Amino acid sequence: MIPEIGHYALVLALLLAVAQSVMPLVGAARRDVAWMETGRMAAFAQLAAITISFAALMQAHVVSDFSVQNVVNNSHSLKPMLYKVAGVWGNHEGSMLLWVFMLALFGAAVAGFGRNIPPTLKARVLGVQGLIGVGFLLFILVTSNPFARVYPAPFDGNDLNPLLQDPGLAFHPPFLYLGYVGFSVAFSFAVGALIEGRVDPAWGRWVRPWTLVAWTSLTMGIAMGSWWAYYELGWGGWWMWDPVENASLMPWLAGTALLHSAIVVEKRDALKTWTILLAILTFSLSLLGTFLVRSGVLTSVHAFAVDPQRGVAVLGLLILATGGGLLLFALRAHALKIGGLFAPLSREGALVMNNLLLSVSAAVVLIGTLMPLLLDAFGHKISVGAPYYNFITPFLTIPLILVMALGPFMPWKRADLPGVLSRMWVVALLTLVSVMLALWLAGVKPVMALVGIAMAAWAGFGALWEVAERVKLFRVPLADSLSRARGLPLGAWGTSVAHAGMGIAIAGMVGTTFWLAEDVRVMKLGDKASIAGYELVLDKVEDLNVANYRTEMGHFSVSRDGAPIARMKAERRWYPVAKMQTTEAAIYTTFYSDLYVVLGEENGAGGGWVVRLYHHPLVPWIWIGSLIMVLGGCLSLSDRRLRVGVPSRRAAPVSPALQPAE
Amino acid sequence: MMTRKKRRLYMLLLALAGLGTATALTLTAFEENVAFFFSPSDLATKPPGDKRVRVGGLVEGGSVVKVDDGVSTRFTITDTAHSVTITTDRPLPDLFREGQGVLVEGRMGSDGVFVASEVLAKHDEKYMPKEVADALKASGQFKPELPGKPVYEAGK
Repeated sequence: MIPEIGHYALVLALLLAVAQSVMPLVGAARRDVAWMETGRMAAFAQLAAITISFAALMQAHVVSDFSVQNVVNNSHSLKPMLYKVAGVWGNHEGSMLLWVFMLALFGAAVAGFGRNIPPTLKARVLGVQGLIGVGFLLFILVTSNPFARVYPAPFDGNDLNPLLQDPGLAFHPPFLYLGYVGFSVAFSFAVGALIEGRVDPAWGRWVRPWTLVAWTSLTMGIAMGSWWAYYELGWGGWWMWDPVENASLMPWLAGTALLHSAIVVEKRDALKTWTILLAILTFSLSLLGTFLVRSGVLTSVHAFAVDPQRGVAVLGLLILATGGGLLLFALRAHALKIGGLFAPLSREGALVMNNLLLSVSAAVVLIGTLMPLLLDAFGHKISVGAPYYNFITPFLTIPLILVMALGPFMPWKRADLPGVLSRMWVVALLTLVSVMLALWLAGVKPVMALVGIAMAAWAGFGALWEVAERVKLFRVPLADSLSRARGLPLGAWGTSVAHAGMGIAIAGMVGTTFWLAEDVRVMKLGDKASIAGYELVLDKVEDLNVANYRTEMGHFSVSRDGAPIARMKAERRWYPVAKMQTTEAAIYTTFYSDLYVVLGEENGAGGGWVVRLYHHPLVPWIWIGSLIMVLGGCLSLSDRRLRVGVPSRRAAPVSPALQPAE
Repeated sequence: MMTRKKRRLYMLLLALAGLGTATALTLTAFEENVAFFFSPSDLATKPPGDKRVRVGGLVEGGSVVKVDDGVSTRFTITDTAHSVTITTDRPLPDLFREGQGVLVEGRMGSDGVFVASEVLAKHDEKYMPKEVADALKASGQFKPELPGKPVYEAGK
C-alpha cells in the first residue's frame, strides 16, 4: 500500500509541477498577482508531494519490502541500516527521485525566502523551476518508476554493490545532487531575467547565494567522492579522470566561474550578458553529467544501467533545457544594457581572467570527455585518460592560481601592477621559503613538484596575507587588528578562507602526485618491509565473519627508527550475496602524509601474501583543503549582505576596504 | 578609462586568445596522449607497434596465473575469435575475475605478450565495458541477457 501512495504522490507532484510552471509564467506576462501567487503555493505543494514519495521509497528500503523491484535489486535483509537508507539513492530510480526532491526543495526555498525579489521575476524563476520539474518527473514516471512491484516477491534481495556500502559514499550523492540541482536556480534566474529583459546589480545579489549553496555542496560532494575512491578502491588514486568524475568537475569549473562573474554583476553592473550565458551553461553541464552517468554511452567505472531508452530521454531533456535557454539568450541578450567600465588591470580584469581560464578548463574537460564518443561515430575507438589531462592541467592552473592570489589585492576599476605586487612581497617571500623547504626535503626532481608547491604557497599565503593586510596586522596594535578582523564582512572572510583552502588542496595534489613512493612484495608472517622510513611487520592474518561479509584481515605493526608507532589492519572482504570481493586498505595518517597498506591475495606456491605499500606525502591536505573551501562557502553564505531576505534593491553601504572611494 | 568599443575589442581579443590556446593545447594533447582501442582480433590483424593502446575482452577461464615473482599476474583476454596474453604488475581491480569483461591499457611487448600498466573492470559486475561488448558483437559472440546477470559467462 505504501509504495502505491508514493507512486500516487509522484503523479500528483507532476501535476503540481505543471501548475507551478504554467500559472506563474502566464501570471507574470499578464501582471496578474493572483496567478503569480499560485506558483508559490504550487512550489510548496510539489515539495510536500515529492517528500511523501521519497519517504515511501525509503520506508520500502528500511523494512526490506521485497515486493518492490527496486528494493529487490539493491537491498538485502542483512544489510546494515545505514546502507538500507543510503541504498535508496544508490541506484538509478532512487537517485532520480532524490534529484527531483532536491529540485522541489530549491523551488520551495526560492518561493519561501525570496521575499524581496520583484514578483514578476520570482514568478518566472518559479515557473522555469517548475518546467525542469515537469521534465524530470515525467522521465521518472515513464522510464524509471521506483515503485514498480514484483510478483511473486522473492525471499531476499540482491544486495547493494558492496563498494557502495561505505559511509563515505552513503552521503556523497546527496551533496553532489544538491550541487547539480542547485545550479538549476541560477539557470531559472538567468532565464527569468532574459524574459524580463533586465539584469541589474540586485539580480547579481539574488543569484549569488543560490550559486554559493550549489557550489559549496558540489565541492563537498566531489571531495567526498574522491576521498572514497582514495581509501576504497585499493591503490590510493584520488582522481582518475573518469568520464563520470569529469561530469562533476565540469559544472564545478563553470559554477566557480559563475560565482565570480556574479560578483562583478553585483558590484560593478558589468559582465551581465556573460553571466547569464554562464548560468545557462553551468546547469547544462550539470544535466550533461546526469546524461553521461545514466545513458552508458561512455565507458566509465561509475555508470548506472546501460539503457538506451533512458539515455535518449535524458538527452532530450538536456537539449530542451540547453537549447531553450540558449535560444532565449540569442533572442533577448541584446536587450541587456552594457554596464560599468573598467581597465584591463583591475579587480574586474582579474575576475575576467578567472572566468576565461575556468571556462577554457571546462571546455578542455568537455572535449576530452566527449571526444571518444564523437570519434566512435566515425568508427575510431580511443580513450582519453590521465595523460591528456596531465599534459594540459599545468597550462591552465598555473595562470589561474597566479591571478587567484593577485585578484583580491586589486582595487575595482583600475589597478597598478607594481603597487599590487609591492603589497605582495611577503607572499612572494613565503612562497620562496616553501619552495626552499620542499627542495630541502624532497630534492630538485621532479621540477614540476617545486612549481606545484610554489603555486600552492602563492595561493594559500596570498589569501592569508590579504586578510592580514586588511586588518593591518603588525602595523597597528594587535588589539586593533583583532577588532578590525571582527569588523570584516563574513563574505570577505569566505573569499580568503576558500582561496586558502584551494592552496592547501593543491599542495596535497602536488605532494601525492609527484612524491608518491610505492612497493609491492610478497610477505610471509613475521616478514619486514620498509618504505619512506617506516618499517612494517606482518604479524598475523585471520579470517572473520562479519555482518553480510567474510573478511581476511592482515595485522601489521608499524615502527619508525625502531620505535613502534601504530598497528594497521588491512582487509580483503568477500560479500557472498553480491558475489563480490572488496579491498579495505589500512591507512595510517600523520597529517603530513599517509601510509597506505593493501593486503593482496595469498601467494599460492611460496606462501605469504602479496602486499602493496604506498607512501602518499601531503595527501590528507586534498580533503582538508576541500573542507576549508566548503567552510569558506558557508562563511560567505552567512554574510548578512548576501541573505536573500535582505531588503532594499540598492547596494547597502559596504566597508571601505571592499569598495574603494570612487 | 577606456571606451566601450575598446573594451569590447579587448574582451573579444582575450576570448579569442583563450579559445586559441585551448584549441592548440587540446590538439597537442590529443596528438600525444590518446590511446586507441584494439580488440584482440585487431591486435592480431593490425599490430599497433610500440604505441600505447587499450585492449578489451573477456578474461579467459583458467588463464589467470601468478608469475614467479609473486607480484605480477598473467592472464589471457579474448573476444572469442582471437586472444592475447597480458602481463601486469599492477593491482587487479576487485571486480577482476575469469569470464569478466576487462579493459587493459599498455604496450605490446616484442615477445607478443601485452604489458599492461592499467587494468580496469567496472565497479558494478552487472555491466560490461562498452568497448568489450562491441568487440564481442563484432566477433558474433555477444549474448545479451536479462539485466542482473552477467552478460557473458565463460565456459557456457
